[in-house]
Amino acid sequence: MELDVLDRDYMCSGHVGCPGCGAAIAMRFLLKALGEKTMMVIPACCWSIIAGPHPQSTLKVPVLHTAFETGGAVASGIRAALDAKGDTETTVVTWAGDGGTFDIGFQALSGAVERNEDFIYVCYDNEAYMNTGVQRSSSTPYGAWTTTTPGQEWKRLRKKNIVEALVAHRIPYAATASIAFPEDLVRKVKKAKGIKGSRFLHIYASCPTGWRIPSEMAIKIARMAVQTNIFPLYEVENGVRYTINYMPKGYLVREYFKLQGRFKHLTDNDLEQIQEMVNEDWELLLRKAGVSMSAAGTVA
Amino acid sequence: MKKVVEGSHAVSEAVRLARADVISAYPITPQTHIVELLSEYCSDGTLNAKFLRVESEHSAMAALIGAASAGVRTFTATSSQGLALMHELLHWAAGARLPIVMAEVNRALAPGWNIWTEQTDSLAQRDTGWIQLYCEDAQEALDTTLQAFRLAETVYLPVMVVLDAFFLSHTYEPVDIPEQEEADRFLPPFKPAFQLDTQNPSAFNQLAPPNVYMEMRRSLQDAMESALDVLDTIEDDYEKLFGRRYGAVEAVQCDDADIILVTSGTVTSTSRLVLRQLREKGEKVGLLKMKAFRPFPFEALRKHTAHAKKLAVIDRNFSFGAGGIFAQEIRSALCNLARRPLVFGYVAGLGGRDVTTDVIEDIYWRTKTSAHPEGESIWIGLHQPAPAA
Repeated sequence: MELDVLDRDYMCSGHVGCPGCGAAIAMRFLLKALGEKTMMVIPACCWSIIAGPHPQSTLKVPVLHTAFETGGAVASGIRAALDAKGDTETTVVTWAGDGGTFDIGFQALSGAVERNEDFIYVCYDNEAYMNTGVQRSSSTPYGAWTTTTPGQEWKRLRKKNIVEALVAHRIPYAATASIAFPEDLVRKVKKAKGIKGSRFLHIYASCPTGWRIPSEMAIKIARMAVQTNIFPLYEVENGVRYTINYMPKGYLVREYFKLQGRFKHLTDNDLEQIQEMVNEDWELLLRKAGVSMSAAGTVA
Repeated sequence: MKKVVEGSHAVSEAVRLARADVISAYPITPQTHIVELLSEYCSDGTLNAKFLRVESEHSAMAALIGAASAGVRTFTATSSQGLALMHELLHWAAGARLPIVMAEVNRALAPGWNIWTEQTDSLAQRDTGWIQLYCEDAQEALDTTLQAFRLAETVYLPVMVVLDAFFLSHTYEPVDIPEQEEADRFLPPFKPAFQLDTQNPSAFNQLAPPNVYMEMRRSLQDAMESALDVLDTIEDDYEKLFGRRYGAVEAVQCDDADIILVTSGTVTSTSRLVLRQLREKGEKVGLLKMKAFRPFPFEALRKHTAHAKKLAVIDRNFSFGAGGIFAQEIRSALCNLARRPLVFGYVAGLGGRDVTTDVIEDIYWRTKTSAHPEGESIWIGLHQPAPAA
């Protein structure tokens, strides 16, 4: 696989992520694509730990660790300070988990992108509060077990569609990306870097610990999420121009679900229902992108 | 040049003179006039600062944490609910050792909705690591704000400049506004000791396990302890340039006083008048104005109250289940002394109720005629309960 990125890494070995951590893989590619003129804001999330304790840091760019709900606002302040100092070269990036993005940090994020602050906000999505031990977030998908949706109380609510919420702010650029599609991920980071204003990247980052999967399955599961249309790869410019980056091969969602311990309680009926939801979401996305159903080879 | 300006605008003028780089604010009465004028100054080019119109006070402080970490001079203003919403980030700003300056206009907390003055909002933030300086009038608000930047940027702690709602924030007074070049001589550009820098990448505020956390807290306390001496030096320079100084406390006729009124904020001005009237009647009364609350001016308080028999502390604030907050702190500052005055704690003027000369005189006479305080705190001016229908 040939990637159009520097050999240089901005993330050291010796980080303290779990084996197979998708968020660590995502960070590595992100920084390869951004380079050293980057300032990173990390609100509370797994990466608050992964980056290492004082006085070490696993990242070779400046990092400002901040409170859980402040990702959008802290980045706004750094950008304003850099502007005041005449530094237009440095890219300000917020790197937050799904809890810090979908839930507690949503207000500050919405405020920042409404002001069209000039920064990149990246949500690495592992679909629950993993750092505190797998509690449900509004990103946790329908059907999932978590420690706060245990037993028969498994989550019977849809995952919040965060990209569409950001698109509704008419920001210059919003995109999904996956650790299983690094060329696409790196291209999107570079594209985002070249755009002014608020840019949002939603990166699918598998969590072997929280999803109850073997660590060597992290990439496979991520790839299947895209192939099943559970996590479609697409980008939206200026809130209106949709481009779908990957057309599915007709995999059924059950293939994805049956590999993960967090879904093991689901019945065939549940899986059929989930398949319908995924189909519905995919068709909605196709309509927005102006792609016909036959051209897209939708799963029956 | 002397101009008649609103108390709020005296603060705005100081921020203009300080050449703040990033201002971030969210509207809340009675603070709003401060940032409205700054917004105008940013828009017409009088002040070359970035003004962030954020979606909450929480984000206002978060944005300044980002900006100050990137090494620029920052300012915000808030009140009451807004300050309470910021609470988490007040700890953060101080722990991160960021020299943020904030004007805090004292306003009572809801419910019920009350926009009038009371100090409980700022005093409830006493353990956050912010320096707190309480102002008496518009001139002091301007001078203190300008000094606050130098103080913050010397000790690397955030500074809260505190002023009473309406009695100070919305009252017009003649204020001597320094010329820009004089202000520049007093306050040089901010040269941060540390900042986010791509040439020298460091991680800030990261995981701090038990083996390092305690030393971080201690260094913050060391900075706090140095702040009063630093403020004193800053006031020396300020006095040379502008002829005014305030001190962490101000003692008025305390040396021979049997009873000392202890005040903060605008109640001090009213108390000055009462003091004069009582002195004319031959009463041996003094007045101690508390300007610094954090760091707490232990030494100055002990020195000026050493010979008094009684202190009458007037608290426009309250800690439920305990008492007036200044009175509590003053008691604890004096408790280990062999010889100490009795501390009478009075609670008055909550939610903006007027503290008039009559109220203060009543407090004086009650103190004089009581051998001991009637209780932990004595509430003044409570209405009698309405008779049952």
